[in-house]
Amino acid sequence: MNSNNNILIKTVITKNIGKINPNSIDDYINAGGYKALQKAVKMTGVQIVDQVKASNLKGRGGAGFPTGIKMEAVLNTDVTPKYLVCNADEGEPGNFKDKLLLENDPHQMLEGIIIAAVALNIQKGYIYIRGEYNKAIEIINLAIEQATKKGFVGKNICSTNFSLDLEVRSGAGAYICGEEFALIESIEGKSGRPRNKPPFPTVSGVNSKPTLINNVETFSVLPFIINEGGKVYAEIGTATSSGTKLISLSGNVKNPGVYEVPFGVTVGQVIEQLGGGVPNNLKIKMVQLGGASGPIIPPSMLDIKLDYKEMADLGISMGSGAIIVIDERFEMFDIIKKIMNFFRHESCGKCTPCREGNRQILKLISKIDNGTATIKDLKLLETLCSVMVSTSFCGLGQAAPTAVITTLKYFTEEYANKIKDYSLQSKSV
Amino acid sequence: MNMIELTINNNKISVPEGTTILNAAKTIGIEIPTLCYHEDQIIKANCRVCVVEVEGNKNLSTSCSTQVTQGMVVNTNSARALEARKVNIELILANHDADCLTCQRNLNCELQKNANQAGIRVNRFESVLEKKEIDNSSPSIVRNPNKCIKCGRCIEVCRDVQGLNIVDMIGRSDSMEVLPAFGKYLSDVNCISCGLCSLVCPVAAIYEKEDIQEVWDAINNPKKHVIVQTAPAVRVSIGEEFDMEPGTISTGKLVSALRQLGIDKVFDTDFTADLTIIEEGNELLQRLNNGGVLPMITSCSPGWINFIEQYYPELLPNVSSCKSPQQMFGAIAKTYYAEKIGVNPEDIYVISIMPCTAKKSEAKRPEMSIDGKNPDVDVVLTTRELGKMLKQAGVDFSSLKDDTYDNPFGITTGAAVIFGATGGVMEAALRTVYEVVTGKTLEQLDFKVVRGLQGIKEAEIDLNGTKVKVAVAHTIANARKILELIKTGKSDYLFIEVMCCPGGCIGGGGQPHSTTNAIRQKRIDATYEADRNMPIRKSHESPAIKSIYEEFLIKPLGEKSHKYLHTHYKNRKNK
Amino acid sequence: MRKGIIALFIVIFLTIYHKKIKLREETFTMQLLQVIEKHGRTPEDLLNILLEYQDTVKTNYLSEQDIKLVATELNIPENKVYSTISFYSLFSTTPRGKYIIQVCSDVPCYVNNSVNIVNELEAMLNIKMGQTTSDGLFTLEFTSCIGCCDIAPAIRIGKELYGNMNKENLQKIISEYRRKK
Repeated sequence: MNSNNNILIKTVITKNIGKINPNSIDDYINAGGYKALQKAVKMTGVQIVDQVKASNLKGRGGAGFPTGIKMEAVLNTDVTPKYLVCNADEGEPGNFKDKLLLENDPHQMLEGIIIAAVALNIQKGYIYIRGEYNKAIEIINLAIEQATKKGFVGKNICSTNFSLDLEVRSGAGAYICGEEFALIESIEGKSGRPRNKPPFPTVSGVNSKPTLINNVETFSVLPFIINEGGKVYAEIGTATSSGTKLISLSGNVKNPGVYEVPFGVTVGQVIEQLGGGVPNNLKIKMVQLGGASGPIIPPSMLDIKLDYKEMADLGISMGSGAIIVIDERFEMFDIIKKIMNFFRHESCGKCTPCREGNRQILKLISKIDNGTATIKDLKLLETLCSVMVSTSFCGLGQAAPTAVITTLKYFTEEYANKIKDYSLQSKSV
Repeated sequence: MNMIELTINNNKISVPEGTTILNAAKTIGIEIPTLCYHEDQIIKANCRVCVVEVEGNKNLSTSCSTQVTQGMVVNTNSARALEARKVNIELILANHDADCLTCQRNLNCELQKNANQAGIRVNRFESVLEKKEIDNSSPSIVRNPNKCIKCGRCIEVCRDVQGLNIVDMIGRSDSMEVLPAFGKYLSDVNCISCGLCSLVCPVAAIYEKEDIQEVWDAINNPKKHVIVQTAPAVRVSIGEEFDMEPGTISTGKLVSALRQLGIDKVFDTDFTADLTIIEEGNELLQRLNNGGVLPMITSCSPGWINFIEQYYPELLPNVSSCKSPQQMFGAIAKTYYAEKIGVNPEDIYVISIMPCTAKKSEAKRPEMSIDGKNPDVDVVLTTRELGKMLKQAGVDFSSLKDDTYDNPFGITTGAAVIFGATGGVMEAALRTVYEVVTGKTLEQLDFKVVRGLQGIKEAEIDLNGTKVKVAVAHTIANARKILELIKTGKSDYLFIEVMCCPGGCIGGGGQPHSTTNAIRQKRIDATYEADRNMPIRKSHESPAIKSIYEEFLIKPLGEKSHKYLHTHYKNRKNK
Repeated sequence: MRKGIIALFIVIFLTIYHKKIKLREETFTMQLLQVIEKHGRTPEDLLNILLEYQDTVKTNYLSEQDIKLVATELNIPENKVYSTISFYSLFSTTPRGKYIIQVCSDVPCYVNNSVNIVNELEAMLNIKMGQTTSDGLFTLEFTSCIGCCDIAPAIRIGKELYGNMNKENLQKIISEYRRKK
């Protein structure tokens, strides 16, 4: 990771990266670690949740749901037992920020997890790490062992009556298991197919019990919030997006890597000033935000601020915060085919629009790409995308057509140029 | 119970909290199209056909799975909803072998119905179907993967109702298929042929092996003396194939219809049901008195026999050695009856009309042949197949006049007709056993649900001081629980009835596709009504039964009985 | 006489071969039982068991026998185990190579020349993507993004992630694995 003395960088949860030995809990403690936990065990659940609410922290896994409200729902339920799940199934192409946190500052995430469990009276937690992150699995297992020895997790946390049994679970190669219910199904030993929502995991999750499920990065913020107070976190970033975001920058840039920036920084600033721009003086053709399921925007839109509201107003989302830069050497349709192949491979197969739609999109895109498509095909593509968005069972199918939908909007000429009977009048976007 | 007020298609309605949009719409006569939905099953919401527009929601909502909320405004036919329904159906059709005109489910297919209802005139999507092999390996069930719409209904019934999980979703994405383990043929896995999968399948992805043409060939063969036997369950179900009210007793019409087909003699399996009671009742008493293996478990359900042979062969000694009524009939037909009418048994062709698909493989078991060459029961047709065949023959079932069964097998009892309902065999057997032992009439069996074991009922009767505890189980999941109790020595039952299908045979895998648990209950009610209307209600009082013992069998469990009416089972574990 | 001796040799050979297969099968069974003991017998433990066990199998797959054993020990239907395995990409029900080389097929690696990596590997190992080398050492597979986009193009071999791949370091890595044999 590139740490710049750059005004664009704001170090909140990456302060230990590269500065401590991840396999040493003492390093973490000497850097100020586990102080927040010791403070939290003396607070009430309401107090802790109030701090999280005050921070305006939103889920960092991509959905952006207010963390404090989620925690409050689990806090207030009478149903027991309650569970906690840390979603470390980072599978969204272009994202590697959770890997960075897991491999380089495992105790920060653990501390956040334990704080949440203590706040919500949860005694069993799972950390679900994707199967391909073998190093992270090893590191986290060791970290749990070390934390247990020090009394930070396990029975009688910090010599109190709180207990938390934390277990690492490995994924087995399925992007869909990053979806909260598919993940829970996987923890229960089944295929990872999503469940009907509502009820949401906070009401019925693992073993149909109330479950708090959050992303690695989200949990990693909690120690800071407890140490400094939620208000301090809220003061970072913008009025509508508080705190910092770990951006995974990749693709055609000089300095790919994870950058922790405050909300409000623009996409262009990340690419040029932090990423060093495109190598070999090539021009940017397109940028995909969030990951394979995110919008593709043209160079003209790079002054967009990384801000939930500002992006939502434009009809786009930053998802889990990846920025993938694609330069002028590459064909848009080749990129789209790669993206759609990904979704086709990763679809769980449960619902009609996603199971059948991804490959139908691929067929239409190929037709357009090889110049044999007509305006009817284009209309069908638009209709199909729209139906997938509005009727897919879960977020995978709903987001899969995003690349196509946004390129139809922002790169219309690329489509138009390949369609035999396209004319301005039949433009239907 | 809180009431929720909402608006559907500009109609203001009020329904109980927890009602889904789908059911709320039904209250005002709006039938939102569905495909994967089944009222007896978990809400799956995977077909995405039943989508509707809910004001304020960015995306469309599946009406089967969305509960109504106060002030909700729903439009079931918005432009977006209508289009989405069409697109999702077209997507399914693009991966479906749409040979409707020659398909087994033509005119009775939920996908066809939906495509028609949605007004689809052209499929905008290119076909992506890659034809796979049809699995014809089982004598009872056929799997056609080229029609599967991945609704998952078959998986649920096999996994949850039967506890077997023979088929499951294999793979992911568009290569996901419903398959047996390791992609094997049905005949190579431990399927029990109960056909409940074929009962719930909305299309022709799973169906029973069709034997209708065989039956026509026999009927039109001048050399064959063709006779038919009808299961107790058929008379309370066949009417549904002709849109008659579920729970209608159409025994008379059934006989009439079979005669219309040109069958020589129309007999009733109820006769051999009565016979089974005599043999099995005596077998129970023999085991009770001579320290035989107990508990004794009934053996008339072939799906159940398939289960115990493949999964718990070590408990086979507990199963009654009696053949099923179907097979007893076939054996009697080709010996006693053949002799009586002076026809060569090889020229007698026995058709059996059953609510059951497993009966097809039962009839083909090598030991179910007296002469060792020809099967005792030549062919089995399910209730569904009979419906098709009657339509093929142009028979207007509901307008037929009643007719009566032929002799010598025409006299039957109420005890026989209740075989079709879960608990019926038990009650029929005890009516006889009780009276034989105590000399008194058994008034009514007072069943209690076994605590913590739904689907299993128990009762106790006093046989002259000996307390006999009995149990009744239906569905294989419950049968398994009973077997586990026996295995672990926790069973204090002496006699157990097991039926493979929910509700008993009236809920069998070969029944009309309209079958639901609500309709099962209606068929059960009709069954007991038919019993009440019978002049004779105990098997041992039937003059036809007395005759066959006098003329042929001599005595229960005698030499002839053992030769023709009893059988043995096989250890079929670890194929 | 000669025929008799040849026949005898054949019988002895087949007996030893059969015993070797049985022994190998029994070793697998014991191995699997050990893994099951370690994790537990609840359905929840299924994925952990299968992942750990498959790793110990040189041909990196789960056989029908393995699946039946797991089903029996965990008391879940055989097809439940099989269908769960068929869902996840890291499992295989057909034999593969000792080292599974996964090449990322997603956009960040693509725009950093992953196509070249595919070509190089196919040439080096003389097989196409999806195939296994004849010596049973390597299988080439595509994988979805493995979170190495900042060191693209990336591959995964066994449990190790390798980034910034090019012809030279690919050759080096493959040689290392050959030597590990």
